[in-house]
Amino acid sequence: MHIDFVKLFQLIVSSALINNFVFTMFLGLCIFFGVSKKMETSVGMSITFTMVMVVSAALSWVVYQFIMIPLQLTFLKIIIFIGIVAAFVQSADTIMKKVSPTMYYKLGVYLALITTNCIIVAVPLKNAGEHYNFLESMAFALGSGIGFGLALIIMASIREKLEVADVPRPFKGLPISFILAGLIALAFTGFSGLITL
Amino acid sequence: MSLKKKSNIELIKNGMFGENTIFRMAISLCPSIAVTNGMKNGVALGISVVFVQTMVNMTISLMRKFIHPKIRIPIFMLVIAGYVTIIDLLMATYARPIYKEIGLYIQIIVAFASIFARAEVYASKNKVFSSACDGFGMGVGFLLAMIVISFFRELLGKGTLFGYPIVSGSPLLIMILPAGGFLAVGLLMGFFNWIDMRFFGGKGASGV
Repeated sequence: MHIDFVKLFQLIVSSALINNFVFTMFLGLCIFFGVSKKMETSVGMSITFTMVMVVSAALSWVVYQFIMIPLQLTFLKIIIFIGIVAAFVQSADTIMKKVSPTMYYKLGVYLALITTNCIIVAVPLKNAGEHYNFLESMAFALGSGIGFGLALIIMASIREKLEVADVPRPFKGLPISFILAGLIALAFTGFSGLITL
Repeated sequence: MSLKKKSNIELIKNGMFGENTIFRMAISLCPSIAVTNGMKNGVALGISVVFVQTMVNMTISLMRKFIHPKIRIPIFMLVIAGYVTIIDLLMATYARPIYKEIGLYIQIIVAFASIFARAEVYASKNKVFSSACDGFGMGVGFLLAMIVISFFRELLGKGTLFGYPIVSGSPLLIMILPAGGFLAVGLLMGFFNWIDMRFFGGKGASGV
């Protein structure tokens, strides 16, 4: 089997930094603003998210290639992908509770939140749209997960400092976080053009 | 959400202003930034959301007696995904140029927290017509927010509205860049909070 490692590496870097889902495609913002208040929660979320992302992308790829294309069901991809993600999250929740209660206690809360994260549906949809092969899909999913984690951690470390800052009253809370995100996004535009795929 | 019965008009108003999806509840934020770099895209997505939200609320409300509470989440998801697929296919056929730009975000409506939340909080407990009104109000509230944000971004970023030139001169390029979206939403949200505090004595959006 021929594996193009350069392409895989480029995919990871480009989906984590250059086409960062949060700052250039604006997906997953609800969770991004929801859990980035504390460092601890955002680290937990990033780990859980990256794991779920890679597994569900793999499942979706297999179903798409071996079931949906032969049966010509590709027009149902939205329903099927969201179904796969929801089913996987639900079963991961149940299995984790049984097998490792300590891990469930730490990361279980984030699992339930993940189903409403747009990135988790966007990645399989993009994989299907761009006709990535299995390894490329994995690389793309991993890169997206890392990118989301990076964004969360940067945001959380700034917001923790912001707690003690003297922000004008109408801007307290969300509005100032949006402006912050805007500034970070501006910094991320500096990565554009680093790799052209 | 107060428990006392509200008239249908009040329900629509509540969705448009009181519990405006973007500026008050701060959910479903992703598209509010992604597609608002032009009025045309913003309005197109807003209308799709009005349709999906109303239809989902009606369908869930019709089915509320048959849905077992334990499996309600997958069922809600499937209903939402069904209507999103309808919109997706319709747009791909009849509005090709817009679909090319915002197609991904149309498909992403499926993971909208606001649609899911209304199905859970309201439609699964109330009669069909009032659920439809509630969904319509929330959808229109979202549409209004999209119009406001994209109005400012397109006017400042390109000097045009719906693609027609309004002002000449060099525009603020930052407003149509990704970063400008965050800035615009943040500033508008702060502005609405300020109005609410100054003139209506509210406490502003609680946020997350």
